Amino acid sequence: MQGLVPTATDGNMATEFHNLQELRHSASLANKVFIQRDYSEGTTCKFQTKFPSELESRIERTLFEDTVKTLNNYYAEAEKIGGQSYLEGCLACATAYLIFLCMETRYEKVLKKIAKYIQEQNEKIYAPRGLLITDPIERGMRVIEISIYEDRGSSGSSSGSSSVSGSTAR
Amino acid sequence: MSAVMITRKVRKWEKLPGKNTFCCDGRVMMARQKGVFYLTLFLIIGTCSLFFAFECPYLAVHLSPAIPVFAALLFLFVMAMLLRTSFSDPGVLPRALPEEATFIEMEIEAANGNVPAGQRPPPRIRNVQINNQIVKLKYCYTCKIFRPPRASHCSICDNCVDRFDHHCPWVGNCVGKRNYRYFYLFTLSLSLLTIYIFTFDIVHVVMREYPVSHLCSQKEQTGFTVLEVLVCFFTLWSVVGLTGFHTYLISLNQTTNEDIKGSWSGKNRVQNPYSHKNIIKNCCEVLCGPTYPSVLDRRGLMQDDSLVSATCAAPSSSSSSNATPQTTKTTAPLIPNEHTPDDAKPSIAASAEKSPSPKEELPPALKLPPLASPETDAETSIAKDKTH
Repeated sequence: MQGLVPTATDGNMATEFHNLQELRHSASLANKVFIQRDYSEGTTCKFQTKFPSELESRIERTLFEDTVKTLNNYYAEAEKIGGQSYLEGCLACATAYLIFLCMETRYEKVLKKIAKYIQEQNEKIYAPRGLLITDPIERGMRVIEISIYEDRGSSGSSSGSSSVSGSTAR
Repeated sequence: MSAVMITRKVRKWEKLPGKNTFCCDGRVMMARQKGVFYLTLFLIIGTCSLFFAFECPYLAVHLSPAIPVFAALLFLFVMAMLLRTSFSDPGVLPRALPEEATFIEMEIEAANGNVPAGQRPPPRIRNVQINNQIVKLKYCYTCKIFRPPRASHCSICDNCVDRFDHHCPWVGNCVGKRNYRYFYLFTLSLSLLTIYIFTFDIVHVVMREYPVSHLCSQKEQTGFTVLEVLVCFFTLWSVVGLTGFHTYLISLNQTTNEDIKGSWSGKNRVQNPYSHKNIIKNCCEVLCGPTYPSVLDRRGLMQDDSLVSATCAAPSSSSSSNATPQTTKTTAPLIPNEHTPDDAKPSIAASAEKSPSPKEELPPALKLPPLASPETDAETSIAKDKTH
């Protein structure tokens, strides 16, 4: 019988990620929530911080909002138009953009930071609550997908937020 | 049961929907029709070769050796920009996976409320406020998403492209957020190259006619010069005009698509909410902004479960239901859109009016909606393998 909480080890990230994968297989997916983009400031990447109702019983509002706000800050840093981006752009143009064959762009560096942050959040906060955040880049930067899992061992004692049959329209 | 073992690693580009062609194992991405792109290559390379072969030796000796050197650098820059525009991902938005599509459909149903029988449901539009202007986001029936602002669906490539500018047959690709600056630099540098070659062709002809040295004029050499002058003359008008047009668009932070549709022009229309109202800022944002990463995963390896869920749509045997992935327990058949009759309960993917590619029809027994990509033989043979 496997619990929802992956065994917290001080081991390397790979082991813990493997535990997250096992979480996916040991628990059953109940529902998915999609956090949409917030376009109020234009086309820059920003997600809505509105707390979805499906997560009300699963996680504290402040934790969720912190996660989304941190992600928004990361994306704002990546897309910031300022001195460094001009320098990068002009240098790249002067080399006919061949410099990107050996150099990583600033955006890519920030994306790596984001991936690490999401994994860390999943391990520390979301997986213990039976949730899993998918990196928005895997969904075309359109949504933050949060998967809600139900522990198979505790079937029937659901917290009421699972809807197994998706055909029932809300 | 005979099983076909496929051990070849399948990369995601092989299963991507849309009408793109991929080369170099997913590194290169282009539209299907490449004929005009080859013509562009031929014209540029051909004209420059003639220039380097026939004009440059003369000019290098009689004027300056810097002339061919600069021409060579300019030519290399033009080619680099052209290839970069043609081969890169313009900013294609991946299609919604079934769960996301269902979620959006449920939101639309909730927003529309009860539509009386016989009436068309209202069009799927979402209003968002951007910089205090109301912008309407349209729903794409092919990609099953609400298009982000400035995105548009290219019918030639059958993809939604972010910040869609236009589909350019000359470069054989769409021009969108990720490759617009390369496209602009291509037109700009090509204008300069054309003007450069044109000018030095004229100089060459003039110098031959009125020789300043004792060298006799070789009339037969000017035949190629005339050809180059002709090509450059006709290219000049179009390319310089195009560069000027795009410079105008950049200064206003508009796309060709918006300009053609007149999205921001006219008295009663919304003003462009993306413009900084400052030409320098607009130019800097478009040309020196961050280089956006591709959100379309082309070179990733297909995971087992996504392979399996793709094979569930195979209309072969019912034993393929064994391969139902555990993660997609809750996916429902797609709710009918406004184009299906109200009394029909389709479990097939309703083929939208825009999608020209044929979609697989599921038998009603299968619960899972198929992914948007049409099935290929590789998947159905993998399906046979997975039935254990």
